[in-house]
Amino acid sequence: MRKELQVAALENGTAIDHIPTEAVFKVVSLLQLQKLSNRITIGNNLKSSKMGTKGIIKVSDKFFREDEINRIALIAPNVNLNIIRNFEVVEKKKVVLPDEIVEIVKCNNPKCITNNEPMKTRFHVIDKENVELQCHYCEVKIRKEEIVLL
Amino acid sequence: MSPKSLVNIGDYSREDIIRILGTASRFKENPNRDLLKGRVCATLFFEPSTRTRLSFETAVNRLRGRIIGFSDAATSSSTKGESLKDTIMMVSNYVDLIIMRHHLEGSARYASEISPVPVINAGDGSNQHPTQTMLDLFTIYETQGTLENLNITVVGDLKYGRAVHSLIQGLSHFNPSFHFVAPEELAIPDKYKSFCHSKGIRYSEYTDFSAEAINDSDILYMTRVQKERFTDLMEYEKVKNVYVLHNEMLSDSKENLKVLHPLPRVKEISQDVDDNPKAYYFQQAKNGMYARQAVICDLLGIEVK
Repeated sequence: MRKELQVAALENGTAIDHIPTEAVFKVVSLLQLQKLSNRITIGNNLKSSKMGTKGIIKVSDKFFREDEINRIALIAPNVNLNIIRNFEVVEKKKVVLPDEIVEIVKCNNPKCITNNEPMKTRFHVIDKENVELQCHYCEVKIRKEEIVLL
Repeated sequence: MSPKSLVNIGDYSREDIIRILGTASRFKENPNRDLLKGRVCATLFFEPSTRTRLSFETAVNRLRGRIIGFSDAATSSSTKGESLKDTIMMVSNYVDLIIMRHHLEGSARYASEISPVPVINAGDGSNQHPTQTMLDLFTIYETQGTLENLNITVVGDLKYGRAVHSLIQGLSHFNPSFHFVAPEELAIPDKYKSFCHSKGIRYSEYTDFSAEAINDSDILYMTRVQKERFTDLMEYEKVKNVYVLHNEMLSDSKENLKVLHPLPRVKEISQDVDDNPKAYYFQQAKNGMYARQAVICDLLGIEVK
C-alpha cells in the first residue's frame, strides 16, 4: 500500500524533518521564514515512529546556507534536512552546533553589557555534547536548560 | 585589527606575564621617566574606585603622560543615556589609551572590540580586574624571587572574590599548590576546582583557619568576608571571627612567608600583624603603580630599559 504523505511533496526546495513539536514555530522564527515570499508548508503534530509526534517544514525554491541552518541546532539538534530537486532528495544534511552563536541567545546575567547596550550577543559553545554556552562578554556560563532565545 | 588590550588576565600568556613583571621591576627601580611624554590617557570610571584610579593616574603622571576622564558616571554623558559605544568612540578620538572601570560585566571586552586604541580593564562588575592580578603576581615574584612551585594559601571569600579567581588563573602557568580556606557558604566554586584539575594544580580545602594551613605557605593571601554575601546571618555570626589573622598565628610560619591582601582591609587582619615584617599588603598596593606602568607601556609598544 502506498504510504500517504502527511505534507504535500516539494518539487524543488528544502524539507526540514524531525523537528520536535514544541520547536516548530521557533524554527520558523530563527530561519525568518515569515519574511519569505516562497511557498511554505508547515506541518505539526504529525505521527513519527521515532519521536511520537514531530513537525515538518517544507520551503519551495529555498536552499539555506550552512550558517543559516545551523542557527536551529540549539533548539532542534536532531533535525534532518532534505534538499530536493525535481521531486527527488538529492542531499541529506544534519545540523551542526557552531563554535560560536551570535545574536540568537540572550545572556542570563542581568548585569551583562549585552543586556544594557544595543549590541549583538555572542556565545562560545564550550561543550557541544551537553550544549553549554559561555558569554563572550561577561563570561557567564549557561547550561542547555537555561538557554533563553532572543 | 584592534590593538591588543588587557581585559582578562587570561589574555596574557606565561611569556607575557614574565615580560611585564620584568618591566615592572625596572619601574620599581625608577618610576619617574619620560616615556609617555606627549601622550594622553583616558581614565573612564563609570563606577567610582578611588584606590584603583589614583594608582593608574599616578602611574601615568610619573611617566609624564597627561590624563583626561571622569571619576563617576554622574559626571559623564552616560547619565544622558549615551551608549557605552558612543562614549568609547568619542574618547578614543582624543587619546592613546583608555583605562576603564564599569559596573556592567563584559563592558571592557566590548569596549576593546570597538575602540581603535588599547583598553585596560580596571574592573568590570564582578567579572575581571586584571591589573590587580598583575600587581599580585609582581609582589609574589618580588618577595619570593620566583613564581614557580609556590605554596599559596588563600583565605576568606573564595566564592565571590574576583581577585582570588584571577590569581588562580594567573598563577596557573607556574605550577602552584593552593590551600583554600573558606566558610562553606563561600567555598571556592567548582569551576575553579575543575580549572585546577585541568591544569594539574594541587589544592586542598579547609573550613577552619589554622596554623596547619599557614605553616607550609610561601604566600598567605587574605580577603574580606563580607556580611552581605551570606543568605543566613546566623552563619555569618558563626564564622565572622574565624577568618581573622592574628600575629601569633604567624609564629611558626616560614621565613619567606608574606601576607598579602587586595585591600581595603576591615577586620580580617588584626592591627598587630602590621608591624610583622611578613606583612606586605601596603607594599603590595604600592606595587600596583609599577605593575600598571608596565602594562600601559607594554600595550603601547614602548620599550622600557
